[in-house]
Amino acid sequence: MEFTAPAETNLFDNAKVVGKSTLRIDGPLKTTGRAPYAYERHDVAPDAAYGYLVGSAVAKGRLTALDTRDAANAPGVIGIVSTLDHSAPLPTGTGNNTALFGGAEIRHYHQAIACVVAETFEQARAAAALIRPSYARVEGKFDLAAAAPSAPMAKDGSGKPDNKKLGDFDAAFASAPVKIDQRYTTPDESHAMMEPFATTAAWEGDKLTLWTANQMIAWCKSSMATILSIPKENVRAVAPYIGGGFGGKLFVRADAVVAALAARKLKRPVKVAMQRPLMVNNATHRQGTIQRIRIGAGRDGRITALAHENWSSNINGQDGENGTAQTASMYAGPNRLQANYTAQLDLPEGNAMRAPGEAVGHLALEVAIDELAEAVGMDPVELRILNEPATVPGTPEKKFSDRNLVRCLREGAARFGWDKRQAKPGTVRDGRWLVGMGVAAGYRGSPTMKSAARATLENGRVVIETDMTDIGTGSYTIIAQTAAETMGVPLAQVDVRLGDSDDPVSAGSGGQWGAASSTAGTYAVCLALRRAVGQKLGFDGDAATFTDGRVVADNRSWRLADAGNLSVTDEMNFGRFKRDFDIGTYAGHFAEVGVDRYTGEIRIRRMLAVCDAGRILNPLSARSQVIGAMVMAAGSALMEELAVDKRFGFFVNHDLAGYEVPVHADIPHQECVFLDTLDPVISPLKAKGVGELGICGPGSAVANAVYNATGIRIRDYPITLDKHLDRLPQVA
Amino acid sequence: MKSSTYERARTPAEAAAAVGRQQGAKFLAGGTNLLDLMKLEIETPTHLVDIQDLGLDRIEKTKEGGLRIGAFVSNTALSADARVRRDYAVLTRAIQAGASGQLRNKATTAGNLLQRTRCPYFYDPNMPCNKRKPGSGCAAIGGYSRQLAVVGSSDKCIATYPGDMAQAMRVLDATVETVKADGATRAIPIADFHRLPGDQPEKDNVLEAGELITAVTLPKPIGGKHFYQKVRDRASYAFALVSVAAVIQRDGSGRVSFGGVAHKPWRVAEADAALSLGAKAAAERAFAGATPTEDNRYKITLAERALASVIDQAKA
Amino acid sequence: MSLKADLEMSRRGVLVGGTAVAALTTVPAEGQAPRPAPPAAMPVSLEVNGKRQTLELDTRTTLLDALREHLKLTGTKKGCDHGQCGACTVIVNGERINSCLSLAVQHQGDKVTTIEGLGSPDKLHPMQAAFVKHDGYQCGYCTPGQICSAVAVLDEIKRGVPSHVQADVGKRPTASNAEMRERMSGNICRCGAYSNILDAMTEVAGARA
Repeated sequence: MEFTAPAETNLFDNAKVVGKSTLRIDGPLKTTGRAPYAYERHDVAPDAAYGYLVGSAVAKGRLTALDTRDAANAPGVIGIVSTLDHSAPLPTGTGNNTALFGGAEIRHYHQAIACVVAETFEQARAAAALIRPSYARVEGKFDLAAAAPSAPMAKDGSGKPDNKKLGDFDAAFASAPVKIDQRYTTPDESHAMMEPFATTAAWEGDKLTLWTANQMIAWCKSSMATILSIPKENVRAVAPYIGGGFGGKLFVRADAVVAALAARKLKRPVKVAMQRPLMVNNATHRQGTIQRIRIGAGRDGRITALAHENWSSNINGQDGENGTAQTASMYAGPNRLQANYTAQLDLPEGNAMRAPGEAVGHLALEVAIDELAEAVGMDPVELRILNEPATVPGTPEKKFSDRNLVRCLREGAARFGWDKRQAKPGTVRDGRWLVGMGVAAGYRGSPTMKSAARATLENGRVVIETDMTDIGTGSYTIIAQTAAETMGVPLAQVDVRLGDSDDPVSAGSGGQWGAASSTAGTYAVCLALRRAVGQKLGFDGDAATFTDGRVVADNRSWRLADAGNLSVTDEMNFGRFKRDFDIGTYAGHFAEVGVDRYTGEIRIRRMLAVCDAGRILNPLSARSQVIGAMVMAAGSALMEELAVDKRFGFFVNHDLAGYEVPVHADIPHQECVFLDTLDPVISPLKAKGVGELGICGPGSAVANAVYNATGIRIRDYPITLDKHLDRLPQVA
Repeated sequence: MKSSTYERARTPAEAAAAVGRQQGAKFLAGGTNLLDLMKLEIETPTHLVDIQDLGLDRIEKTKEGGLRIGAFVSNTALSADARVRRDYAVLTRAIQAGASGQLRNKATTAGNLLQRTRCPYFYDPNMPCNKRKPGSGCAAIGGYSRQLAVVGSSDKCIATYPGDMAQAMRVLDATVETVKADGATRAIPIADFHRLPGDQPEKDNVLEAGELITAVTLPKPIGGKHFYQKVRDRASYAFALVSVAAVIQRDGSGRVSFGGVAHKPWRVAEADAALSLGAKAAAERAFAGATPTEDNRYKITLAERALASVIDQAKA
Repeated sequence: MSLKADLEMSRRGVLVGGTAVAALTTVPAEGQAPRPAPPAAMPVSLEVNGKRQTLELDTRTTLLDALREHLKLTGTKKGCDHGQCGACTVIVNGERINSCLSLAVQHQGDKVTTIEGLGSPDKLHPMQAAFVKHDGYQCGYCTPGQICSAVAVLDEIKRGVPSHVQADVGKRPTASNAEMRERMSGNICRCGAYSNILDAMTEVAGARA
């Protein structure tokens, strides 16, 4: 099915299931521990041996030898796969910036160099410690600030230099009565999902099955075929449950590669879970950024010039963290400059983490806007509304599909009690606490990707099968809701099977595209099933009414089950017309914080997000997506930082004690409100994703609230107490 | 984790003898820190002597009017004891500020005293660390040191003792009771229990090989207001950047121990004596001779301000 | 920047090189050692979810791995294996612990309750039902630990175990918002379901009160 024009009125505008708050259909399994994750497949691989990874002890250089004799001789050891089994790095799969295994070259700390396989986990772990590598270590580059001045310009999505200009920024900025020119930094961050990278691998002849923690099943399948140099048809990837990903599991990691290699070599299923202390440096992270923002404005607050420049890095000098990603879509202003630079560093691979680019771009831009509001003496909500654009500011040839940011800000201000905020910072006290409020706008693009599914009618039940994943996002439930709505059956009559590469290829989970794309695919295949039912029973499926488990057509009525057993496959393709639109999601984020006037500790008191994302398919799980992203945003604002050791070239705090993410006590009650909007350009369901919108802005609202509380502006994230302690008011 | 044999001893003397007898043997109490380190092969005992059956899980009154806390009393049980809550609230507060509910249920009184540093370079076996591998160097010096020691450190080691409970025991002038492998017992004042790193950072404390902690005794209650202020980036389940354990009397005199700043609970007599003069005076004395790094210099200011908070609360 | 030639790479080998490129070599091989003795093993008997289980285990086996790998009770999760996340929380003799930081042999004769023992999809424990109702989870991986912890936390409050956030530790705690947030802080949820988990616990605590 092709989606070739904005949606008109359709069955979802009169929905009974879609759009209603719906308990997750996978809830009973998850809350009772019965949902099996990748390392837990005793059911399908009962004899799996245990693999344990060994990571490089140096950040850059060559492995000159790898003595495996003691390890091989250790009790219970079945075999060892070594990176030196391969004369060169294995090919890279989709999205991998650097090879995951193979060859003697060491490109980053904790790069996988071996995997020891034994009868038990304890034996494998003990033997892994007996592997004795020798290295020739060479110097590397690990310092972004040092590398940034000479960093080359990055390339944008179409391969052109990532340097966009409109009007004459320099002249407009020079002549602006009010100028903001500030530099912000964001640190390297870790996904820190709760389930480690994990894979159980088994071969049957030349066919490989991987039960693996992966967000993008089709990419996983093709990548593993590439890496192992085997036909794609010989790989099956299965991931019905995934313990979080946030981008970290978009692409295959070393666990999958070594498990597959070991299982092939040892002719036995092998399972590997990457040990937590290896995850940060072995796998990917969100790269740190340096961002410079210059804003020129009139005394009335109207922006005339806006420049956003961004410096980040990566191991191969490509695919940096682009903090400018949202800037072209946010504020009006005729004279613009945007530039993005990526330095070559020898730190581990940087790659997508929840709202790559935007999440940290907002941490800079939305603070700069706050600084502008103060400079012109305007309320920051009003300043944003004043600069609300009519057309897409950075790409004027595009139209907004449906944008209600002003409503988000206004409704948020009213709900939050924004009128009680004191504009003068450092003036509100509550006992030992300095109290402040902050606001930020949020923008995140809403892409869609082709998505297919199989729909089967089986004794009156509807079964949807697709390789779509549910990484906690609620895919199971919204797909079931879509099928129930389209087929006119109760939700309980729908079964959804996800995450198997033997099923039709979906959009997968990433970039906030999963919900919109996979439900559109489900809709497409259900329409096909309706037609098949019509054909079987002798009516026009497109003209019939499907409701309450029955079909009414031509003044006749059937039970859906009367059609017997049928199965169809279809997909939703999204047409080129969408390219004329900027399809975004929007939010007004508000936060109130307390800063301990003695210790400088910052504690969040309240958070509110008012979101505009079209139809909300399942308000229950969509709200969870947003508040969960707000938690991660709070972490990035206040505590998350991978500390770089620039001598040894690695992230020092590489476990969950050293890399602090928010805990229960950090998070007060959060509110999330969705506007009742519809976006006909996105899909027939008029629904956009929200999972990344929720991390675009809340951190800036927190940062602005901290400033409002203290009057001290910290522009280097995370905002920790040591950065403002010596400037806080004197205490006795 | 290296393989180790396991036994359960029946008496403290038997346990001490068992560990003393075998090279590489270690006592196992809650295991919350030892197992963590064994998995990384930072600790590699060849034999474990579990002390859970020694009857060291009781809290009893002493004839001096204090409390004798068995080595195996869990952190939760100790903090929840009605006598501790009433007379030694700083101890309840310090324990409850540490770790998580799950860990406190398992962690023991003796084990918590023996908790090893959380220095990230100690925790990464690829890195030089004089504490983990004597003579290998200290990667923390010149490295990431935001959470490390500012005072009492050496050019061999800038690790901190990470525990909370011991800070409270330090202001309460607790005594650590032990039995040695040969059956001899001794009582070690808590002030002398933990060491400064000096030239031997691998030695956290003064215990000899095979010496088992059997109890910690608290002298009779000293009254006053009890505080444990723990400062950290996240609100819970994090090690202290700085902590302040204090007991402050009505006249403003008192005792204070600082956590997160040194290789041992940091209590300085001159600082105690200056407490009634205010936080600045006390902190100046506590941190005289401090040798912070650029990354952790803030701790000295933070300690003073956290103490000011405690003093203000005491006055309130 | 030159390499810190004076710093030794401590386990994997010894740094011996000069300024620009340093070689790391292993400790000289001392010849092939004979195959070491098999690891120590012991019988362990546990009562898991009301059922007596006897296993012969490598002494290094954690309670967590005994449950997951030997008893195939995979509801209890391994998130970090170092006591830093709480995903492995189970209830032993009525108290919650991190099963990753406990050897199975330490639990001879103990009563262990895991997420599977609290309820099943057809017969949810009230806390499990409240998590479903309030959407107190997303990816589901920390969820069993959160639920075991939540059940134990309400019990701890009932038994009067004090907490860091009590104004007066001499008094009995209540199931307030701040108390529950503090006590649940040993269970990390990276999906960020905290606010919903609190709602679920509040409902169960209210029903009990």
